[in-house]
Amino acid sequence: MTKAQSLWNQGVKIGAIGGVSVLIISLIGMVESFGKRDIIAGVLPMGVAIALIISILAAYMAAKKTPISDKSIQFANAVVSGLVISGFLAAFVMIGRSFNIREMLVGASPVLYSILTGGVAGAGGIFLLLLTGLLCGAFAGILYMLRDLPRRLTVNALLTIFILGLLQELILPILKAWDVGMINYLAGLFYTLNGLTPVGAILSVVIFCILYLLWNANQGAIKSKYAALPKEARKKSQIAALIVLAVILIVLPQFLGLFLSEVITIVGLYVLLGLGLNIVVGYAGLLDLGYVAFFAIGSYVVALLTSPQIFAFGLNFWQALPIAVICGILAGVMLGIPVLKMRGDYLAIATLGFGEIIRILVLSDFLRPWLGGAQGIGSIPNPNLFGFQMVKPQHIYYLLLAGIILVIFISLRLKKSKIGRAWMAMREDEDVAQAMGINLVATKLLAFATGAGFSALSGAIFASKIGSVYPHSFNVFISINVVCIVIIGGIGSLPGIVVGAAVLMGLPELLREFAEYRMFVYGVALVIVMLLRPEGLLPEARHKMEFHDETEAGAKTVA
Amino acid sequence: MAMLELRNVHAHYGKIHALKDISITVNKGEIVTLIGGNGAGKSTTLKTISGTLKPSAGQIFLDGEDLGAYPAHEIVTKGIVQVPEGRRVFGQLTVLENLDLGAFTSKDKKRDAGTIEKIFHMFPRLAERSKQLAGTLSGGEQQMLAMGRALMAAPKILLLDEPSMGLAPVLVDSVFDTIKALHAEGTTILLVEQNARMALKTASRGYVIQTGKVILEDDAKKLLENEMVKKAYMGD
Repeated sequence: MTKAQSLWNQGVKIGAIGGVSVLIISLIGMVESFGKRDIIAGVLPMGVAIALIISILAAYMAAKKTPISDKSIQFANAVVSGLVISGFLAAFVMIGRSFNIREMLVGASPVLYSILTGGVAGAGGIFLLLLTGLLCGAFAGILYMLRDLPRRLTVNALLTIFILGLLQELILPILKAWDVGMINYLAGLFYTLNGLTPVGAILSVVIFCILYLLWNANQGAIKSKYAALPKEARKKSQIAALIVLAVILIVLPQFLGLFLSEVITIVGLYVLLGLGLNIVVGYAGLLDLGYVAFFAIGSYVVALLTSPQIFAFGLNFWQALPIAVICGILAGVMLGIPVLKMRGDYLAIATLGFGEIIRILVLSDFLRPWLGGAQGIGSIPNPNLFGFQMVKPQHIYYLLLAGIILVIFISLRLKKSKIGRAWMAMREDEDVAQAMGINLVATKLLAFATGAGFSALSGAIFASKIGSVYPHSFNVFISINVVCIVIIGGIGSLPGIVVGAAVLMGLPELLREFAEYRMFVYGVALVIVMLLRPEGLLPEARHKMEFHDETEAGAKTVA
Repeated sequence: MAMLELRNVHAHYGKIHALKDISITVNKGEIVTLIGGNGAGKSTTLKTISGTLKPSAGQIFLDGEDLGAYPAHEIVTKGIVQVPEGRRVFGQLTVLENLDLGAFTSKDKKRDAGTIEKIFHMFPRLAERSKQLAGTLSGGEQQMLAMGRALMAAPKILLLDEPSMGLAPVLVDSVFDTIKALHAEGTTILLVEQNARMALKTASRGYVIQTGKVILEDDAKKLLENEMVKKAYMGD
């Protein structure tokens, strides 16, 4: 390979990767189905925005990976990779328009071609596509050459538009709920019913830039001022922050409509599940892929005890709840005993099987007289608190909030306790943990039991929330979702789980188009997180240290 | 009276007969070494003592009490503490947390704090790095930490499994100096080593073990002079 070739190697290579990526998301229909939702109304559909983001990212990488630090070459490399990406797409559009490839590739529709060529027919569209690629590359190249502050400012401003546009369905109803003239006016100024208005987009960039620059100029002063505060004052400000957070959490459902409250209760259920699995996976290091089993057990116990169908025990939710949790704990121990000797992958597979066994048992005709079979169990009454019927999702929200706070409290206490230390040692090295005098059997069973209890609690609330339970609500994807939440949020980190649940469960509910690509997006998200941020979005301090200890240790020795 | 006694111990891994009629005694205040080649059964012997592998026949006594009925984690509370082969510190926990876990079975917090003081005095490097992750320590420092962690359990007898393994010669010397220092403080030690020369120089008595059997036992000095031992284990 000559030197001249190797200079352009990265641009072409990364361009090709980017091109294939955009092609894939186009062909699986993401660009088309996301094309219906606008980030900026009438200007930028979301599908196009995603394709642009990938292109710019690829071109930026190409500039970054250029072997020599000559600015013009770096810029040129970015442009080359942008052109390669659009070249891929242009070739695809031309082939698709001349031959019928739809028989093989269902996603290759005329609508997609029209989106990719900006709605311009014929050669003009192809030209426009190539020009867009060129501009993406040039933009990325300029971005790479900018100094740190303007670069961060540009990237974050663009992200702000993207996120504001994306979360329209979240933000708009909240604003409308106030029904105050001023806010209504603002809502109308910023949002149409489909995406930001162009004025709104420009305004949000301006507002964001001002805030960002203000923060940037003053953050050092604010931080040092905070650090200079006496310890008591700092503690006071932390308590104040906690109180503000508590107030927000308490009044939140009043501002959310029915739909958003529903979304937030789903997130809440998964936060509970995530907190439970975090004990098993995060604290004790036991990879449990059958976690849905305990969720199912909690649900079915509440269903059997409170529903008038099948047995008609006639208990109310509060009487059934502790029984459900106890059953979950017992099931946790029952699962734990046979898998005591298993580690790592073997444990994961065995627990995966356990999860399926429970679902299939519930589904079976054999147990139909007792568990309802495929028809499930219905007419589960809503929880009743001192005569107050918890019907709406807003009411369930408070129930979940109480449960989550309780579970967070227990998790924090356990972590600092002797049991928490035993889990930590076991996670690191079972043999040595035993050599330290840790009873592996008891410690493992306790982890399974605690996690299972939390999961059953979530299941119990789930059953009374939706009023009926069916076997198919408890498939393996729930376990996978929870594992993803724990890993993407940051293993062992409680705030990470809340963020993970909000991102992985909340976003797909808000972006209905996503639902179809949920597993695809999870897969991509997992790979990206593992590559770029293996400790998770909001990692526990310890794991942060673990993944970045080289630099820190280095810094320490220098100091 | 012997502090630790293995009486005609046999052990199996599945069908493999790993220990054949092993009898070993360690008296209070002694350093006894167990030398032998790879796969001779040295580590297996330690496993039967610490209870992670139950003997298929024979008995193990500590201060006259048969340990056969106790699970591994309770044997630790009896006072037999092992420093595992290859150090195996908890790499993702800090030095202090590692030491803390060593005292897992202890109920006497005050004594533990004293032991930590003592360990930091003995190994000043650990004190300097007490907040650092154990995985970032050098091999020699990890060996110190592994020993310190074992000392946290206030052992009656310390089982050392190849403490010199994978260490630079300078560090090997310092490890053996540490062993001598621990002994001088009255700790009873059973030392398993491949480095026969160093082990026999440090110990008072030694056992030579080959294919699961004790083939020789004598004073360490005499074993050092033994032609067979010299040839087989010291490369002379």
